[in-house]
Amino acid sequence: MLRRIFFGAVAVGLVACAAYAAFYIAPEERTMGTIYRIFYFHAPTAWAGETTFFVCFVANLLYIWKRKPQYDWLGVTCAEVGLACITVVLITGPIWAKPVWGIWWTWDARLTSTFVLWILYICYLLLRTLVDEPERRALLSALFGVFAFIDVPIVFGAIRWWRTQHPAPVIMGGAGSGLDPVMKKVFFFSVLAMHVFAAFLIVERYLLEKTKYDVELMAREAEAR
Amino acid sequence: MALLSNAAVLFGKEVRTEFRSRELLSTTIVFVLIVVVVFSFTFDPTTNESRRFGPGLLWMAFLFAASLMLQPCFLREQTNDTLSALRLAVQDAFAIFLAKISANTLFLLVTELLMLPVFAALFNVSFAAQLPGILLTFFLGSVGISVVGTALAAISAQARMRELLLPLLLLPLLTPILVVSTEVTVRLMQPDPAIEWKGIGLLAGFDVVFLTVLWLFGEYLLEE
Repeated sequence: MLRRIFFGAVAVGLVACAAYAAFYIAPEERTMGTIYRIFYFHAPTAWAGETTFFVCFVANLLYIWKRKPQYDWLGVTCAEVGLACITVVLITGPIWAKPVWGIWWTWDARLTSTFVLWILYICYLLLRTLVDEPERRALLSALFGVFAFIDVPIVFGAIRWWRTQHPAPVIMGGAGSGLDPVMKKVFFFSVLAMHVFAAFLIVERYLLEKTKYDVELMAREAEAR
Repeated sequence: MALLSNAAVLFGKEVRTEFRSRELLSTTIVFVLIVVVVFSFTFDPTTNESRRFGPGLLWMAFLFAASLMLQPCFLREQTNDTLSALRLAVQDAFAIFLAKISANTLFLLVTELLMLPVFAALFNVSFAAQLPGILLTFFLGSVGISVVGTALAAISAQARMRELLLPLLLLPLLTPILVVSTEVTVRLMQPDPAIEWKGIGLLAGFDVVFLTVLWLFGEYLLEE
């Protein structure tokens, strides 16, 4: 218990430090002004969400292969945490876009594929509520999770082919892209903070799922007697 | 080879079952017709607008129709638990999928081809010169819809609220098919038509990727 509280305190502390750095340490951006600071939450949360969904995909594959309930717990946990991250991304994105682009939303490749990703994982969680038997629920949702994860890059490719308005990659982009060194440090610190926070949520949610499973098992045993 | 011959026998069974009653095809065709007519009421488009928006409406109608049409392909097997018999009869469960995918593609194509002239007449667009391109797009789009749809029909058949669940799972997964097929068809219906080979390639890629995924994981979908 003490370890969990410590981990939680570290995660929250890191996010608080990242927020301080984003508002007070990172320099002002020349064209966008202060509004650009939302980028220190928007992009790192998106990265954390994508990492979480990747872990969900791996957990789904492992469940199909090994059939251990632990992988199912990890799958549903990551789907929920990833969904929370992407929800933050979908809210902070338009807040930035309105003053900078002049519109809340546009159907460009990255926005659309993120939105489809969000909907697909809502469907993943919805599917889980509609299958009663635990093993069947785990298997069917794992299979749907595999389909959903593979679909997202194709959505991205399909829409990218026509047009895209999302800023071209600034980090790890081509020549002419790049960040000011201080901005870079603050950005990668935020990435770390968001990943640690997501990991904390995953651990907590995983333990909850484990407890739920144990309770269900006990209830079934009690019914059998 | 056993896989293909098994799939061919099962495909014959699927087609025979459908053509004995023709329930699925007739209902779907009427449904697509209604959707196309309802769309034209809400938009009342001119020819130019039809060229731009018509293909999108047409593909949306096809997707809605598919989400209804694909539903019974596994539900039908549940009534007398014939899925277990099928599962015992073939060595590779992928043969069952292959047969159902082929049959569903055929039914979708029949619906689409019957609807195409009706759409052209109602929305006042001409496509006759570009028929090979349109047929290719319809074929690749229908294969993609059938592959993903058949897999998801196997999932939704095992859940509660299955009638509602299939469209929910299917429509977001088919976003790439809807986007690409629509744009390729729009290009084909312009006054200076051309085939967008990149789009055709993307459709073919989608089909191959999901067929491979189904080949790898299909047997788990049919587990008892």
